[in-house]
Amino acid sequence: MQKPPIRIIAPGRTYRNDSDQTHTPMFHQVEGLVIDTSSHIGHLKWLLEEFCRAFFEVEKVEMRMRPSFFPFTEPSMEVDIRCKRVGNEVRFGEGDDWLEILGCGMVHPNVIRFAGLDPDVYQGFAFGMGIDRIAMLKYGMPDLRAFFDADQRWLNHYGFRPLDLPTLVGGLSS
Amino acid sequence: MKFTLSWLKEHLETTASLDEITDALTRVGLEVEGVEDKAKRLAPFTIAYVVSAVQHPNADRLRVCMVDTGSGDPVQVVCGAPNARTGMKGVFSPAGTYIPGKDITLAVGTIRGVESHGMLCSEAELELSEDHDGIIELPADAPVGMGYAEWAGLGDPVIDIAITPNRPDCLGIHGVARDLAAAGLGTLRDRSVAPVAGKFPSPVTVKFDFGDTPALSPAFALRLVRGVRNGPSPEWMQRQLRAIGLRPINALVDITNYLTFDRGRPLHVFDAAKVKGDLVVRRGREGETLLALDGKTYAVDPSICVIADDNGLESLGGIMGGEASGCDESTVDVLIESALWEPLNIAQTGRKLGINSDARYRFERGVDPAFMLPGLELATRLVQELCGGEASEVMVSGAAPERHLTVAFPIAEVKRLAGIDPTEDEIRTVLTALGFTISGNAPSLSVGVPSWRPDVDGKADLVEEVMRILGVDRVPSTPLPKSHNVSKPVLTLAQTRTRRAKRGLAARGLVEAVTWSFVAKPVAEVFGGGKPELALANPISTDMSDMRPSLLPGLLLAAQRNVDRGTADLALFEVGQIFRGIKPADQLTAATGIRRLSATVNGAGRHWQGKAPAVSVYDAKADALALLDVLGAPVDKFQIVAGAPSWFHPGRSGTIQLGPQNIIGWFGELHPSVLEALDVSGPLVGFEILLDAIPAPRARATKTKPPLELVSYQPVTRDFAFVVDRKVEAAKLVKAAQGADKGLISSVSVFDVFEGASLGADKKSIAIEVTLRPTQKTLTDEEIDAVAAKVVAQVSKATQGVLRS
Repeated sequence: MQKPPIRIIAPGRTYRNDSDQTHTPMFHQVEGLVIDTSSHIGHLKWLLEEFCRAFFEVEKVEMRMRPSFFPFTEPSMEVDIRCKRVGNEVRFGEGDDWLEILGCGMVHPNVIRFAGLDPDVYQGFAFGMGIDRIAMLKYGMPDLRAFFDADQRWLNHYGFRPLDLPTLVGGLSS
Repeated sequence: MKFTLSWLKEHLETTASLDEITDALTRVGLEVEGVEDKAKRLAPFTIAYVVSAVQHPNADRLRVCMVDTGSGDPVQVVCGAPNARTGMKGVFSPAGTYIPGKDITLAVGTIRGVESHGMLCSEAELELSEDHDGIIELPADAPVGMGYAEWAGLGDPVIDIAITPNRPDCLGIHGVARDLAAAGLGTLRDRSVAPVAGKFPSPVTVKFDFGDTPALSPAFALRLVRGVRNGPSPEWMQRQLRAIGLRPINALVDITNYLTFDRGRPLHVFDAAKVKGDLVVRRGREGETLLALDGKTYAVDPSICVIADDNGLESLGGIMGGEASGCDESTVDVLIESALWEPLNIAQTGRKLGINSDARYRFERGVDPAFMLPGLELATRLVQELCGGEASEVMVSGAAPERHLTVAFPIAEVKRLAGIDPTEDEIRTVLTALGFTISGNAPSLSVGVPSWRPDVDGKADLVEEVMRILGVDRVPSTPLPKSHNVSKPVLTLAQTRTRRAKRGLAARGLVEAVTWSFVAKPVAEVFGGGKPELALANPISTDMSDMRPSLLPGLLLAAQRNVDRGTADLALFEVGQIFRGIKPADQLTAATGIRRLSATVNGAGRHWQGKAPAVSVYDAKADALALLDVLGAPVDKFQIVAGAPSWFHPGRSGTIQLGPQNIIGWFGELHPSVLEALDVSGPLVGFEILLDAIPAPRARATKTKPPLELVSYQPVTRDFAFVVDRKVEAAKLVKAAQGADKGLISSVSVFDVFEGASLGADKKSIAIEVTLRPTQKTLTDEEIDAVAAKVVAQVSKATQGVLRS
């Protein structure tokens, strides 16, 4: 097993028994985990702010962390971003709507203990988000189910060109 | 959980505005899901006096009313309500008002020749009830011109908050007020309860009878109040209950519902006259049933905790009471129950019986054990206040569990985990306001956890308490230190293969799709799946009943949806998981593509240079081999043999393998019967490559390529044509030729295949080009002839073919 420091990002298919405009029985979750001897909620906040700026491709994203509950983190938070809906379009950084984008928190001491580490020495944070859901938000898509319908017009519109490799230095969309 | 602003203020002394309160709730983790402010929404609706109501000249069912709205001249309104009449008072809305119950904005209209400048409203139009039989009638003393909502006491905003499962204490309004007071929104009112002295022993007792099985209730308190007069509860209580969506029933029942929300303390009342003998708390027995207060009959079993008397079952403990012993207007003696139940058992029972009661919701999350008796005293007081009566002594069985947990809390933990550095005073103030007791001094405090906070058991929990009350916005955004080194490659072989497969296939003009991991059982069966262990226990629909055995069905069905929408030429691919069993190793990653109609690698659609060719097995084969090449697979070592699984056309398909035990993938035309079974129209070809089946490259010390030595000796090509049996595969012949001299022969390719009568029955000719690339010296004619002879010998040995003359 790898010893800390650990920084992991893990995307994957996930399932649940739900189906409507904003829930699909299959979706894609991206989970992140950092374990070391010093990372705290301030670092988590910075990381998520930077992520939102890069992902949504806007300079100003106003983010709000709200105390919440998850069994594997303590303290736990949910993250909302400020936005305004204009028809099907979502504008970030303005308006009075707060849209929830992810859950996060400091890894629970019991989880660290189960991994064979001392929670008084090691600490870190974790976060998880439904990448389809936040893509839906970014592009103002009305229905999550369209992701899995494979309509050629949808795929051509939202898809990337084969050799467009999204990078931070080159940008995500071209 | 819903509560009104005025109800909250029963527990919180505050001058904060509604907005300040809702902001604070969300900030401390009690997320506001909605605020219903009827006063705001119904502001344009005012009290009006109907000066006159006369028959409409052109319509039997309409009346023309002159309405005094309290401002200027009377307004003419055409009204269709049967109860509109001269001299009544009602609710008026002028033109331009949005009518919530009808979702329209009122305009000045002409109804059968008579102008109407507003509307007299029904309760349904104001969304106050379903009643749309007539317009609202107000008493004669209702002041004309005043806002209706304000006059009717609808001005109390209803706040709806989401409570996370760790906060059972906030399932009572008192707990919510405590959090708000801690967050600086006011002062928590002291609502402690003085006991009511009992005048006589309770004539009914309660005992536990769990035998040698684990007890499902740790404690049960009971008391009789005799000589009560039950009837409707007072208006203030009914209004609060209605505002949060509860239906007032009678005072005794309303008191229990009121305290459920007020203090998060569910209670139950029995009509003592309907209880026979003493109460026993025990496990249910097979065959027993209870008609509960929701009008449904539930069958119980030994996993369910019940309350019984000599008549049989009377209540599902902690979940719902029984109809037979319920309180009604005739109740004179009432038994009040305040008990504790095992949270896990409550959750299991609730799920098993399908009951979502307010009591279950609280007991399964954990009610404050220390409030069992105060809750009973409070209920007694309310019963006596509203219904009179004389209280018995309290009868208690068992004992409420006491936790007395003290947590050692080094205050530096706040900085370590949350990144904020509050003063010791701030920390003390927050924790004390939340009901924690503190002894000791910094650097480490001894913190006593209150009985209503079962979620707190360590210092990380206390960090959360401090952080959420001081505000997460105080946490400074802190850049995560970057590693000093450039990171090493970390992607696994499977990860890099997945990425390359996607890029490679997309570059060949196939469009990436993501389809469901589930398919319908009959579809799974067509593609070799449908095993019972791969059927979902709880599928979302019959179309998604089984885990997919292949990516092909998802893509084929997607193709047909596109065809139905007018896109006939399609090339789609997916890289994703397929499922052959329930062991981890049975989940494989496949890269699969399909092409339909004329969507070849060169483009789709008709072309001026000629007829667009339909896709064929060779397009699928080219895709499969190109994919393997992109993945760096040892393509030259793979064998391609005719035929593929049953979902491919038997004569127009192939299998790519490394020996018969190691199948890499398949390609071909889809079998017509499969297209028919899926109701999909062709022509369709496809391939499926199992990324996990491709052998991993040999481990080497370095990934650097070895040095390249280029030689300049002349390469030589020679053509050969062999006559072989018709059933001989070209690949076999090519392989034989390659084996003739591995050192010299660099490539062998088929350039012609011919069948004809001149060759004889069941014969064909295969022509190959063999390239020799010498590495030591230029070849002489003799050496070339010697290799050619070896080629002929090897081919005839492997295929019995003869050189065509």
